[in-house]
Amino acid sequence: MSQFAINLIFVGASFALYIGIAIWARAGSTKEFYVAGGGVNPITNGMATAADWMSAASFISMAGLIAAGGYANSTFLMGWTGGYVLLAMLLAPYLRKFGKFTVPDFIGDRFYSRGARLTAVICLIVMSVTYVIGQMTGAGVAFSRFLEVSSSAGIWIAAAIVFLYAVFGGMKGITYTQVAQYVVLIIAYTIPAVFISLQLTGNPIPMFGMFGTHIDSGQPLLVTLNEVVRDLGFRDYTADVDNKLNMVLFTLSLMIGTAGLPHVIIRFFTVPKVADARWSAGWTLVFIALLYLTAPAVASMARLNLITTVFPEGTSAPALAYEDRPEWVKTWEQTGLLRWEDKNGDGRIQMYNDANAAFAPTAEARGWAGNELTVNNDILVLANPEIANLPGWVIGLIAAGGIAAALSTAAGLLLAISSAISHDLIKSIINPNISEKGEMLAARISMAGAILLATYLGLNPPGFAAQVVALAFGIAAASLFPALMMGIFSKRVNSKGAIAGMLVGLISTLLYIFTYLGWFFIGGTNMLPNTPDNWLFGISPLSFGAVGAMLNFAVAYAVSLSTEEPPQEIQDLVESVRTPKGAGAALDH
Amino acid sequence: MADDKANAAAYWKANVRLITWSLVVWALVSYGFAILLRPMLAGIPVGGTDLGFWFAQQGSILTFIAIIFHYAWRLNKLDKEFDVEE
Repeated sequence: MSQFAINLIFVGASFALYIGIAIWARAGSTKEFYVAGGGVNPITNGMATAADWMSAASFISMAGLIAAGGYANSTFLMGWTGGYVLLAMLLAPYLRKFGKFTVPDFIGDRFYSRGARLTAVICLIVMSVTYVIGQMTGAGVAFSRFLEVSSSAGIWIAAAIVFLYAVFGGMKGITYTQVAQYVVLIIAYTIPAVFISLQLTGNPIPMFGMFGTHIDSGQPLLVTLNEVVRDLGFRDYTADVDNKLNMVLFTLSLMIGTAGLPHVIIRFFTVPKVADARWSAGWTLVFIALLYLTAPAVASMARLNLITTVFPEGTSAPALAYEDRPEWVKTWEQTGLLRWEDKNGDGRIQMYNDANAAFAPTAEARGWAGNELTVNNDILVLANPEIANLPGWVIGLIAAGGIAAALSTAAGLLLAISSAISHDLIKSIINPNISEKGEMLAARISMAGAILLATYLGLNPPGFAAQVVALAFGIAAASLFPALMMGIFSKRVNSKGAIAGMLVGLISTLLYIFTYLGWFFIGGTNMLPNTPDNWLFGISPLSFGAVGAMLNFAVAYAVSLSTEEPPQEIQDLVESVRTPKGAGAALDH
Repeated sequence: MADDKANAAAYWKANVRLITWSLVVWALVSYGFAILLRPMLAGIPVGGTDLGFWFAQQGSILTFIAIIFHYAWRLNKLDKEFDVEE
């Protein structure tokens, strides 16, 4: 059977499973549509949240980024897990106690103002749409490779399927589908990793194999990896970074951003009790960690395998002849995500760091005229089983897994966007008398609008999937997280302070990002080149969310202290969310 | 009523103290061991590299899980002690 047929069977079978679950669990009421009726077991919820959370960025892009950056890109690992500590202690249990459907619900009530609710809705939509772009890009890559279509056609297919699928079930359908998607994606991620770890180190557990002994060289895997990347003029894989301020701020932005993501927060509204929200955050992180502890192993092993493929006789021997390239290189060349250009005309594939001036003499001595192999980071995880010569069914599995990761997150985001529009904008502000049926229709129409916009931006993305997502995090960190946290931990912050804080956080972060990446991500409209020399204090646009969050906190406190105290009933509301007593199920209102 | 308020305030204070300590550990393993203090830990070898690298790619994540479960366990106990559970 051809690989294409195997891929089609795996992807098709997983779709049939999801659609079956979505039909079985489709939502009949707004309460089921928004919070799955409020009766989801904390472990089930943890698994669904993990799938909701682990997107195309985690599944497809992250290991590729770590493979390329080594230690420096550990920021993604820590940033995308450390946020759950903040979520479990600072937000989730209290917002569950508050017991409404959406994040703007809390901000609107706590800061007793339509302006605050509206600001929260705007922040939510801006960041969720940004985040969906990353999913579309990632799903486009997976589809284009495994269904053998162009990357743009892949994005259109992904858009059509996500649309069908998210409109079906609402939160109830999405929750149970996400549990299935989690199982598919974690199996798909770990099986190739186990095989590769066994091949390279003899240890079946990748997280141990990574720190184990490399069979071929007889020394630790990471030592061998450092040697071969050094031979090609790259930085050592485990090398320390110079700009620690930026590394700290980037990690902090990802952590605060994770805790402020509305589509993750609303998942904690679905558990029956406040205590369950705390446990559920822990379970979520356990399920996430299964992938996140494996990812760095996948990254280091894939980097080593890639170099061994190009330099089969070792890094000091001549590189692989283009004629002899393996099958997987040919298939990825068709997607345009892997390119070879014979710069020195010797018919061999030279891969090295041609940006390293100190390495230039060595390259010249070896007759190299520039790096000839361009590999998009995003293909690394998907190509990994092929690079390691694993059987066809493992490749089919990883196709299904990558698509599951993108679809489950896209569905969760679309739900957050549509509930913000239908519930917070239409039901709460524009037309409070709308019927339940009308509200659900509005939710479905807004999903359609969101997906069209995301598809357009997915076709013209501002960077790799994981980096696009990082922008969404900056926005979540700078706008929503501080408002939510102050709403719970301070009785003094009033509506004027919260609105001013959110606006300052959001606008400063957007301005900083647009300055370097172009207005609304449109290429060529950036005012300064996006290079470290131009960054303010060496802070990259991706790291600015943490600074935006600090500005948000500072402005909100300053404005609140110079204006009136919040009314008594609001202070009572804050006291009530702080204790679990009398929570009950999420309110129908 | 006054008692209830005092009790709720004491519960909140205990909670904030627990959160503060948990966040100290959270920051120490990630921003500390894995990033800023990495050069100081460079002498401790772990599988071909150093302890700081291990914390950056494995240890911090494992610690985060422990922090959340510890917090949930302690706070659910506090809920009962202060009689504020659901």
